[in-house]
Amino acid sequence: MKLDSKVPSGPLEQKWQKHQFEMKLVNPANKRKYSAIVVGTGLAGASAAASLAELGYEVKAFCFQDSSRRAHSIGAQGGINAAKNYQNDGDSVYRLFYDTIKGGDFRSREANTYRLAEVSNNIIDQCAAQGVPFAREYGGTLANRSFGGAQVSRTFYARGQTGQQLLLGAYSALMRQVGLGKVTMYPRTEMQDVVLIDGHAKGIVVRNMVTGEISSHAADAVVLATGGYGRVFYLSTMGLGCNVTAAYRAYKKGALFANPCFTQIHPTCIPHTGDYQCKLTLMSESLRNDGRIWVPKTKDEQRAPGQIPENERDYYLERKYPSFGNLAPRDISSRSAKEACDEGRGVGPSRYGVYLDFSDAINRLGKDVIEERYGNLFEMYELINDENPYEVPMRIYPASHYTMGGLWVDYNLMSNIPGLHVIGEANFSDHGANRLGASALMQGLADGYFVLPYTIGDYFAREGAKNISTERPEFREAEEAVAMRIKKLLDVGGKQTPDSFHKRLGLIMWEKAGMARNEKDLKEALQEIPALREEFWNDVNVLGSADEMNMNVERAARVADFLEFAEIFCLDALDREESCGAHFREEHQTDEGEAVRNDKKYAYVAAWEHKGVGQKPELHKEDLQFESVQLATRSYK
Amino acid sequence: MNFKLHVWRQKNAAAKGRMEQYEARDINADMSFLEMLDVVNEDLVEKGIDPIHFDHDCREGICGACSLVINGLPHGGMTGTTCEVRMRLFKDGSTIYVEPFRAKAFPVIKDLTVDRTSIDRVMQAGGFVSTHTGAAIDANAILVPKDKAEEAMDAAACIGCGACVAACKNASGMLFVAAKVSQLALLPQGQAERERRVNKMVAMMDIEGFGNCTNYYECEAVCPKDISVKFIAKMNREYMRALVK
Ligand SMILES: Cc1cc2nc3c(=O)[nH]c(=O)nc-3n(C[C@H](O)[C@H](O)[C@H](O)COP(=O)(O)OP(=O)(O)OC[C@H]3O[C@@H](n4cnc5c(N)ncnc54)[C@H](O)[C@@H]3O)c2cc1C
Ligand code: SF4
Ligand code: FES
Repeated sequence: MKLDSKVPSGPLEQKWQKHQFEMKLVNPANKRKYSAIVVGTGLAGASAAASLAELGYEVKAFCFQDSSRRAHSIGAQGGINAAKNYQNDGDSVYRLFYDTIKGGDFRSREANTYRLAEVSNNIIDQCAAQGVPFAREYGGTLANRSFGGAQVSRTFYARGQTGQQLLLGAYSALMRQVGLGKVTMYPRTEMQDVVLIDGHAKGIVVRNMVTGEISSHAADAVVLATGGYGRVFYLSTMGLGCNVTAAYRAYKKGALFANPCFTQIHPTCIPHTGDYQCKLTLMSESLRNDGRIWVPKTKDEQRAPGQIPENERDYYLERKYPSFGNLAPRDISSRSAKEACDEGRGVGPSRYGVYLDFSDAINRLGKDVIEERYGNLFEMYELINDENPYEVPMRIYPASHYTMGGLWVDYNLMSNIPGLHVIGEANFSDHGANRLGASALMQGLADGYFVLPYTIGDYFAREGAKNISTERPEFREAEEAVAMRIKKLLDVGGKQTPDSFHKRLGLIMWEKAGMARNEKDLKEALQEIPALREEFWNDVNVLGSADEMNMNVERAARVADFLEFAEIFCLDALDREESCGAHFREEHQTDEGEAVRNDKKYAYVAAWEHKGVGQKPELHKEDLQFESVQLATRSYK
Repeated sequence: MNFKLHVWRQKNAAAKGRMEQYEARDINADMSFLEMLDVVNEDLVEKGIDPIHFDHDCREGICGACSLVINGLPHGGMTGTTCEVRMRLFKDGSTIYVEPFRAKAFPVIKDLTVDRTSIDRVMQAGGFVSTHTGAAIDANAILVPKDKAEEAMDAAACIGCGACVAACKNASGMLFVAAKVSQLALLPQGQAERERRVNKMVAMMDIEGFGNCTNYYECEAVCPKDISVKFIAKMNREYMRALVK
């Protein structure tokens, strides 16, 4: 299979404009003849569904929550980037593009990343027009902050609830279209399969999570906006319903899965405290602006943090990365924390934690200033840990947070299956091997508001309206397969709960394919995962029946997909014999422990094709062409 | 810690529900209320009993999915949402009553899960600014004074959980509707549709079976996002203003 990225020719700055002109348009009077299915109504899905309906297409939108307002996007705290240069500090579309591609360690597609930066400004305008209450200056203009180590102040925010406010903006646009009858919304409905007709994605099979009913929906195109797969690690900062099911089922139908091993581990989360936990809480990265990170110099330190004198503390980020210090990028900070803990210098009950200490900042700026900046976060920390961070340093530890990998898409955000579009965190396209802070919200909304509505029109205009019926045998077969699979889960009649399998899978993934990877561990994981999968299918206990609201079925079905998906994740990590971005292969580092990238051999997107469960998928490579940027070594020393 | 739980079990919307008793044993004080229920559920599944169904997703107080009445109060009447409530706040050995949010507009689906799509329909009636993608002017061309922006943000913080409705004797939806109406009335972007919005949202609230507000203010007491009842007063003024126009 030859992967065609469909990147337009011409200078970087003109590609998108040129492409917009060259794309075919659907005549306004004909738009209502075309229909689109949008699965997922987070930032990407809600913005896409609303925008497509505004254009005049018939839209059906699906989500598994009880309301589209509750998608995982709601949890984003920090902010959203845009190249407005409102602060006059030298920002530009080119700089945002360059930072993003460099942050991704030169493993993303240049043209996509440039387009992302290019439409970033429209997003802020759009959201402001919807009434999103962004933070303001006294003069009434928009406020910015710097985020995630960026050297310009380009992040827009709404207190610590940016994701919530942006999602409610997109949700209100979506609700407006539902009220107008242009979008039909299906909450508590989970996609189970994509249906292909003559090789094109023309519908989906879903399960109604209240009644258990399985049904089909047909349309002229299908859009997956189903989010990331970070819960393959079980513990993560993501919403508990986040899953890989939609993307994985599409993969099994022939869509390629790209760079599955590119996953981001966020350095500042509240450490794991007990086996009962299913979710880790993120503490905003902004804390690193004033907090200093340290561990004791000696192993198995028993003293309380306040009893440990200055000269017996190791401020390891400041020591190793003097110019960035505590603001070193996420992957570097995370890995350094793991190293310190692996050496036995971790703190807290589990010994997997490091201190984030505000005492210097409090002495320097006063408690009031710190309270004004981080009051909410400190309260949240105290609520969870019963410790007062004004007096005792916080304890933090890295956790799974975001997935750069996803279904492979071309410049039009269409997968290799014609008609199947993938947007938001569910696709692989813009962040390469590592995503910068405040860029996921930007990408979700860029895809949904400003890219997909154009590119899907081109697909429609080329294909024509098909008006496909769900009576076709392809739908019947898919429905039967879905029902069979659920029956199979219910019939196992074993002893162990779905969650217990998910936990064990998470542990394998975290230990062997987490922050640092090596050949030996990955090969072990590739032995353990199929064994665990077999055990699952022999001994999982799925109670209840298929025709009712049944959380056992929902969880078991998602865990079953994770148990298959984890294998391609590890294969991808094994194949990529280099360290780049968030993917750190221990075999590929300098004597000082810095990542060594291999541009000669690995400047490609790894896109995997399904060949059957337990069979090795086939690797297809999309070579990355860099026309505008020089591949530089990412150095934060 | 150990607890005795009395939990509402109801097989589906049509079935009759009843309280069932369960034991929660060896509970860690740092657990959240939902983590405690997870532990109970794992135990139930191992015994072959259908686990207790409840809505949840983010587990950090922002998605608004979790919706339990604990000891008679939505979200337990504590700061934050059900998923933020910690077990250390309960007395070891105590008995805890767990029920779903109850309101005409929120029918029970199963156990502690209720149908809150009525909130979405009230939003569909007018909880938006009618602007389409691509129509926006430069964001800085609309100036919003900082205090107005902050007040709008106070209102916008609503997570649509519906605790206000569940706490209200009349099952009124005033607080969350007032929050949306006020957010948009405070901002220049919301002016064009100001009257239409409040009229439509209030009318839809009636159709959906939310009750009237008779100023008990139980809503504010349980709201996990501290939405102030001053917004209800504001919405009443908006409504009067729309009537005279
Ligand atoms: C704690 C946290 C903080 C973050 N903070 C920031 C930040 O400050 N800035 C930033 O830029 N990014 C941040 N991110 C990342 C960002 O929030 C996400 O990447 C982004 O919101 C993803 O949006 P999405 O629309 O692609 O997917 P999601 O919001 O995850 O939405 C997925 C949708 O798909 C639906 N769905 C999934 N599977 C199915 C199925 N099988 N059937 C039907 N529906 C399905 C869900 O119901 C949901 O509607 C943060 C992430 C986390 C975890
Ligand atoms: S006003 Fe408060 S209680 Fe009511 S829905 Fe909003 S957040 Fe929940
Ligand atoms: S689970 Fe999201 S608010 Fe409680």
